[in-house]
Amino acid sequence: MIYFNNVSKVYKDAVALDDVTVTITAGEFVSIVGHSGAGKTTLTKMILADTIPTDGTVFFESIDVHKLKNKDLTKLRRRIGMVFQDFKLLPNKTAFENIAFAMEAVGKSDEEIASDVPHVLELVDLSHRMNHFPKQLSGGEQQRLAIARAIINQPELIIADEPTGNLDPINTHEIVQILKKINDLGTTVILATHNKGVIDAIGKRVITMENGKVIRDTKHHK
Amino acid sequence: MTELKRIIKAGYVNFKRNGSVSFAAVLQVMNTLAVILLIVLLQAVLYSALDQIRNKVDITIYFNTGAPEEKIMLLKSSLEKLPEVDRVSFTSAEDNFKSFSKLHSEDYSTIAALDEIGINPLGATLDVKAKEISQYENIAKFMESDNALVVGTSSIIYKINYYQNKLVIERLNSIISGSQRLGFLLTLYLVISSIIITFNIIRLTIFFTKEEISVMRLVGASKMRVRGPFMVEGALYGIVATIVILIIFAPATAWLGKHMTDFLGINMYNYYLSNFFQIFAIILLSGILLGVVSSFLAVRRYLNK
Repeated sequence: MIYFNNVSKVYKDAVALDDVTVTITAGEFVSIVGHSGAGKTTLTKMILADTIPTDGTVFFESIDVHKLKNKDLTKLRRRIGMVFQDFKLLPNKTAFENIAFAMEAVGKSDEEIASDVPHVLELVDLSHRMNHFPKQLSGGEQQRLAIARAIINQPELIIADEPTGNLDPINTHEIVQILKKINDLGTTVILATHNKGVIDAIGKRVITMENGKVIRDTKHHK
Repeated sequence: MTELKRIIKAGYVNFKRNGSVSFAAVLQVMNTLAVILLIVLLQAVLYSALDQIRNKVDITIYFNTGAPEEKIMLLKSSLEKLPEVDRVSFTSAEDNFKSFSKLHSEDYSTIAALDEIGINPLGATLDVKAKEISQYENIAKFMESDNALVVGTSSIIYKINYYQNKLVIERLNSIISGSQRLGFLLTLYLVISSIIITFNIIRLTIFFTKEEISVMRLVGASKMRVRGPFMVEGALYGIVATIVILIIFAPATAWLGKHMTDFLGINMYNYYLSNFFQIFAIILLSGILLGVVSSFLAVRRYLNK
């Protein structure tokens, strides 16, 4: 499904990715681990074409993502759900509107929005917070809302970049369970984290990165 | 259609929710619109003053006594054909005599002298009004040229007063064109500086949402879906600012109309009311254009990702 082919990214005075070649197949749950600056975020951003490689290519199925025109890139991004450490919710929109926005972006009708949003909010246990703004929600609730937004359009891939970085252990556990559930339903999940506890809780494929290189790729972690 | 409806709704909701930021942006658009409206009103004052000056300037052709009226009329019609000429008015020798006598009715020695002569010593006159002050010279030249004289009018013209008035006319002309040029430059400066300030204020308001813009793009929103609500917000700044400015200017011009009409040479309130729809259109269009274009340009730099 995703293929990194000898991808390198060099900034002015630092190497973020160094000749990375990784293949991720559909339906997998892949955790990418490593210290800060190991290259995890750069690698995930490459899939969305949010960062351009200095060298190498990134394929999403048969599409070279960095050769896409703006319009096609928008279409590709609609097939991917993103979850960030800092949630990246729209602060001036309520919980309902944040999710509705993602649906509007892909052209869903008002009727679909009215029926699907409450459903997904229920799934992440936020029905009672529907009309609250992000700043009125706790960190865990904001992240659950971010996940709800990421899955609302039934994407083929979820990329979660340090989704538990700002959360306490209880909320971390909840988020991991939700991501596992999403994967069980058939969606590919890529999780970038430096939290060993999270990886242990998931128990699936782990790619370990250090100084921009893949140093280990363990198919079945335990 | 649904997309447009959503964009308009999102723009309106953002405008409402961004309370203080929207307020600041509306205030700044109001400043710019006030400058534009003041300039419109000042132009009216300037043009009315210039018109009054213009109306005071003309040239008079004095004819010899006993000059045949048909020849004068022939000259009148050839003058009227000139594109520079606005109008030509004829005053007969009798009328000139009557107004002269009336003017000097208390000057007994003059009346006595006229009685002594027993005949009308004054000839007929033609008053020529040009469309532009700068054109009097051309008209005077035309009078001296063969074109005007083919009918033999040279023998009946006593004098043309252009050359006595030449200096005054030229000076007035340079004052008028100078004040028009200055007015234009001042207008240009004020409008451009206000637009730049407003553009930067709006850019600043959008700068605070640049993170949001990138999130919208990441969840797959099209450029128009991201940019549209900002443009609607910009249009709302313009609409609200227009309404407030037009309301503020109503009592302000009423006061000017009541107290300053003599000084300004024009009743500002009457001018404001009689031209209200044009003023409304100019201010509203300027406001919307300013808000929409500023927002469009400000969002553009964060969209290209």
